[in-house]
Amino acid sequence: MTDRETHWAGLMRAAIRGDAAAYRRLLQELAPVLRALASRGLARHKRGSEDMEDVVQETLLALHLKRGTWDERQPFSPWLYAIARNKLIDNLRRRGRQARVVIDVAIDDIGELPGAEAPPAELNGVDAERLISRLNGRQREIVVAISIEGASARQVAERLGMTEGAVRVALHRALRSLAKAFRAENPTELSTKPPKTA
Amino acid sequence: MSTDNLIAAIAAAGAARPPSIARRMAAALAIGGLISGVLFAYDLGVRPDIASALQTWRFATKVVIALAFLAVAVWATARLARPDADGRTALVILSVPVAMLALAVAGELAVSPASAWPASAIGSNSRLCLASIAVLSVAPLSALLPALRAGAPRSPAMAGAVAGLLAGSLAAFLYATHCVDDSPLFVALWYPPPVALAALVGAAAGQRVLRW
Repeated sequence: MTDRETHWAGLMRAAIRGDAAAYRRLLQELAPVLRALASRGLARHKRGSEDMEDVVQETLLALHLKRGTWDERQPFSPWLYAIARNKLIDNLRRRGRQARVVIDVAIDDIGELPGAEAPPAELNGVDAERLISRLNGRQREIVVAISIEGASARQVAERLGMTEGAVRVALHRALRSLAKAFRAENPTELSTKPPKTA
Repeated sequence: MSTDNLIAAIAAAGAARPPSIARRMAAALAIGGLISGVLFAYDLGVRPDIASALQTWRFATKVVIALAFLAVAVWATARLARPDADGRTALVILSVPVAMLALAVAGELAVSPASAWPASAIGSNSRLCLASIAVLSVAPLSALLPALRAGAPRSPAMAGAVAGLLAGSLAAFLYATHCVDDSPLFVALWYPPPVALAALVGAAAGQRVLRW
């Protein structure tokens, strides 16, 4: 299935050239693959799939924030799986298990992985919901408008009286804060720690 | 927030203009190198007989080995900042300048009488060597670590260690052009400890600041 590798790498290259539709399509295609990987990794460590969607979301965020570490001359899949593996280990560590994880899934095997279904709604990034509430006012407003209400960056810009570029910058910062919040998140502390307001 | 919601947000932010590690590393090296270079020029300076020293194999070898360490460390730092980096390849390539140093030591042992070895190894500047390399590596390492935060190292400690090696090699190169102790025995005995210290500090700092 080097077809898939070529296809993904092509979409990512287009995305880096500024093709937003290609980027969206790539992320949408990767989500079920990452879900299968996360589910398999969690199962191997005798963990249920309640954290699966968190691992997927963290991986997507890291893919976005660390896209500069992908060398366009190198294959895309090993880079992606390396990020997925790192985020899985992070999640396992946070849950207090000693993680020694190897994703030994060859690129060709991914297609055969079971359990790539979207999770039921109640498991849909439970923590991410709480993490969003930690974003500061303007960032939260922009993230909610774009991600939940489905507004475009331009629409949000008009609504908030900002330039489109400023909206993108704020969105980028919000995604960075979200990734950071995931990292700092500790299940035992989460309930006691007041939301960060800046 | 569902994953679809998150994807919408990420796609709206766009993938254009990804943060370039290479550019940040280059800028950090320029800044850190400049600070150490000024410090070096002010406090130590290139030895006055550099032109004739370059004609001797010992001085030339010393400088070439320092540059080899620097080149390999730059490559390894850029490589290990990536999540899919292969640490073993990096270790193999890092062993090349180590082998060069070992060869130079063997050459010195072969061409000079055993009675001259202790004096060559102990030299006249060992304390200055230790202190100078340690001090001169501070600025490059301090500049490099924040730049590497744009990276996504598989092992943050290892990425920090090679950044420390890079900083230490740069400092060693600067100091090598000042020092009159040219014997490979001196270089092999006194240069590695401060460079290793920089690598250790880099590893400890990397473990903290390079996690992602």
